[in-house]
Amino acid sequence: MNIEDIKKPENIVYKKTPILTDNVMHYCPGCSHGTVHKLVAEVIEEMGIQEEVIGVSPVGCSVFAYNYLNIDWQQAAHGRAPALATAAKRLMPEKYVFTYQGDGDLASIGTAEIIHACSRGENIVVIFINNGIYGMTGGQMAPTTLLGMKTSTTPYGRDAKLNGFPLVLAPMIAQLDGTAFITRQSVHTAVAARKAKAAIRKAFEYSQKGIGLSFVEIVSTCNSGWKLSPTAANKWMVENMFPKYPLGDIKDVLKNE
Amino acid sequence: MAFKGAIEVDTQKCKGCSVCVENCPTKSIQLSKLVNSKGYHYAEMVGDACIGCSNCAIVCPDSVITVYRVKI
Repeated sequence: MNIEDIKKPENIVYKKTPILTDNVMHYCPGCSHGTVHKLVAEVIEEMGIQEEVIGVSPVGCSVFAYNYLNIDWQQAAHGRAPALATAAKRLMPEKYVFTYQGDGDLASIGTAEIIHACSRGENIVVIFINNGIYGMTGGQMAPTTLLGMKTSTTPYGRDAKLNGFPLVLAPMIAQLDGTAFITRQSVHTAVAARKAKAAIRKAFEYSQKGIGLSFVEIVSTCNSGWKLSPTAANKWMVENMFPKYPLGDIKDVLKNE
Repeated sequence: MAFKGAIEVDTQKCKGCSVCVENCPTKSIQLSKLVNSKGYHYAEMVGDACIGCSNCAIVCPDSVITVYRVKI
């Protein structure tokens, strides 16, 4: 059987989901944002909730997420996505509401918003892209930057005495009673991406159960900011990011039910 | 049971990041020597070892890969 015989519409096993628009993504080649957008879109398609989902986009590279997913969107001021999502969810409790935030947005300027949204137990989904750097503005140090990691504002590497220690947010908010599901995933391989997709789906399902906030952290790469090729950035992430940000579920209140 | 697969790449949207190349278990993808209109070496299928596992498509950040699969 030759290749042209296989390429028939009835043999398609994987194609781009219609939730994603046809716009070309502005992200750099190999950026994890594109993969995570796709996973969110696939979850929305599989659950059949295109009409019932509201996204809140952050400030950062992913501010343009509203150009790529064909759903209802809001765009929040820097770091304030959980506050906006709180309002959307309280006004329309039947809708699925999620925020999509980077580490510069969520772990820095938006720390107060995320912690209080978790503490109040808002029934929203938070997707947190952690690549340890401010990607959009030119690769400056973020709160999540690893010790010794070189960025444009820490050219000799992050020094704990001068810059403090990396902020590991997920275990912090796991202590709060308002959170229902906290997990950390990545999308650098097909296996990891499939697990991340399952976690995103679970988070969306939990958000309709009224048991609290679901938080999906995706350890990601910023190959342009890290000054590496996309594949080298994935290797660097496995070697350096994973020891500080290990993958896996951190909290799941329904695990034993 | 065995599977045989094929992929189709939207060459104009591919940015040549080669994440798919790293994730292919049968080494059936490589970056083309040619470039698209933006100057990226786009991904293309090589040989006939593809099994249609969709690994390349699920890790593709720009969702440019369509996967076909048949049982043989």
